[in-house]
Amino acid sequence: MQEEKKGRRDFMGKALGAWVAVGGIGALYAMKRTWDPLPSVKAAGFTTIDLADAQPNQLVVEKWRGKPIFVLKKSADMKKDPRDVVVGDDHFLIAIGLCTHLGCIPAYVGAEHKFKCACHGGEFNASGEVLKSPPPSPLVIPPFTIDGTKLVLGEAGPEFKKLKDAGLIA
Amino acid sequence: MAHFDENAKPFSNKWLDERIGLNTLKRVLNTEYWIPKNINFLWAMGMVLAATFGILLVSGIMLLMYYKPDTNLAFDSVNYTIMSEVGYGWLWRHVHAVGASIVFLIIYIHMFTGIYYGSYKRGRELIWLSGMGLFVAFSAEAFSGYMLPWGQMSYWAGMVITNLFSLGSLDVTGLVEWIRGDYVPGDAYLTRFFMLHVMLIPLAIIGLIVLHFGTLRLPHVNNQESEEIDFEESAALWKAGKRKESKVIPFSPVFLSKDVFVMGVYFILFFYLVFYNFEFAMDPVNFDPADGLKTPTHIYPEWYFLWSYEILRPFSKDIGLIAFGVAQAAMFFLPFIDRSPNVAPAHKRGLFQIWFWVLLIDMITLTAMGKLPPTNPTFATIGLIAAVLFLAMGPILFIITMFEKKIEKGA
Repeated sequence: MQEEKKGRRDFMGKALGAWVAVGGIGALYAMKRTWDPLPSVKAAGFTTIDLADAQPNQLVVEKWRGKPIFVLKKSADMKKDPRDVVVGDDHFLIAIGLCTHLGCIPAYVGAEHKFKCACHGGEFNASGEVLKSPPPSPLVIPPFTIDGTKLVLGEAGPEFKKLKDAGLIA
Repeated sequence: MAHFDENAKPFSNKWLDERIGLNTLKRVLNTEYWIPKNINFLWAMGMVLAATFGILLVSGIMLLMYYKPDTNLAFDSVNYTIMSEVGYGWLWRHVHAVGASIVFLIIYIHMFTGIYYGSYKRGRELIWLSGMGLFVAFSAEAFSGYMLPWGQMSYWAGMVITNLFSLGSLDVTGLVEWIRGDYVPGDAYLTRFFMLHVMLIPLAIIGLIVLHFGTLRLPHVNNQESEEIDFEESAALWKAGKRKESKVIPFSPVFLSKDVFVMGVYFILFFYLVFYNFEFAMDPVNFDPADGLKTPTHIYPEWYFLWSYEILRPFSKDIGLIAFGVAQAAMFFLPFIDRSPNVAPAHKRGLFQIWFWVLLIDMITLTAMGKLPPTNPTFATIGLIAAVLFLAMGPILFIITMFEKKIEKGA
């Protein structure tokens, strides 16, 4: 009788534990989802830039997901690069305007075709490649897709995937 | 039902004792909670911390009445409304800022006292562990609070610290965005850190303080000679009126009156800082509103995080992150890294004494180097050496304490 009672109590204890665990896991999932970025935040994560207005060797800084985006139309005397975004006959540098060292925003020196970072002295060329350390890697190219002369940031289009497959984007 | 005296006056001592065991509580927590006589002012830091936490809580509640956790309103609600409109708003803000900074100074003194006198050793491991839990909780509380004025340093410190969760080359940006609730620190981010700062972390801190006190009750406070005291024998002497012969005193009112004296001295310094020298706790860069498109030229944490920042900085991204993680976790394991059975102050433990002072000087060096810009090669090298040394201190402690001579009792 005693044994039987103990077995029954153990079973009820385990059943209660399992039931509470199911509720607990459900609550944890709900909490995780509450912390997720809101749909409105995600929807605002796309930026469209019209490249038709860009002037050669003049840096335009756009904003995408709170980060500065460098748009630089290359002039004829500037070196072309496999990382360039090509729209029609025009070559563009499209990159997140944050130094890959510690995230400062480098300034563009048009006469030298260089980006110079005031924080720790890093330099990049007009294709976003490192000329002078400390930055460990080139300026980052954000996911983009091309729609006519318009560039949509936040969506990985075929051109972006091609660069990625070629290993030109980390 | 238990018997209740019908003649006991409501809320009289007897009435309360019958209902909530008041006399038992007083005995266990105050009059018969024995504290060794052989201690110095460093043993008052616990109550100094408790009092500082109380002051942070009160000033925080006052600030909460006018603070607005919204990226458009936060900066002005602090720098305009609280500072120039709210009566004595400036007082709460300066008390809160100075308190947040000074509390870490006292925490570090409290920790190094514990390390010096071996107060983390056998029987007191849980005191050390719950204390480290409090250190982590206070760090999280300080960081989340630093976000709230939504100035440039708030924003960029938030950006850099949450970026650590991308775990270097693993590039877990999903986790970073989940923590932020946005691609960059924004409204969702500010409001959730506000929640953490005023609700979840303070609750955790209060719980941990109760646990910390609880873990202290049975092992009792350590003493200057780390002497193993027969508390029952000493308590009996005290109760028999032989107070001079007894090695202990009751926590309240006797020890507490010493604590209150040290607190008195401490609060003179504290309010001197609040009224005359509060600027050290207010970074001038944070008086510019947050701007995601403009990085401050030099991002550095508050002084109490500089030592761990300097462990992160001199290495490449991934190694730095690993070093940083190891350094944060290593302190927890102190009671288990120290292999020596000796519970004794450092000056009686041979090599351990040298180890202790090297650790202290190394952490001060890391703190100093962390404040300097990373561009100077001499200081960068000193920082690197100090960081490597810090990481080596754990294994060194393990080895030197293995060979530490056992101190004979009574010697």
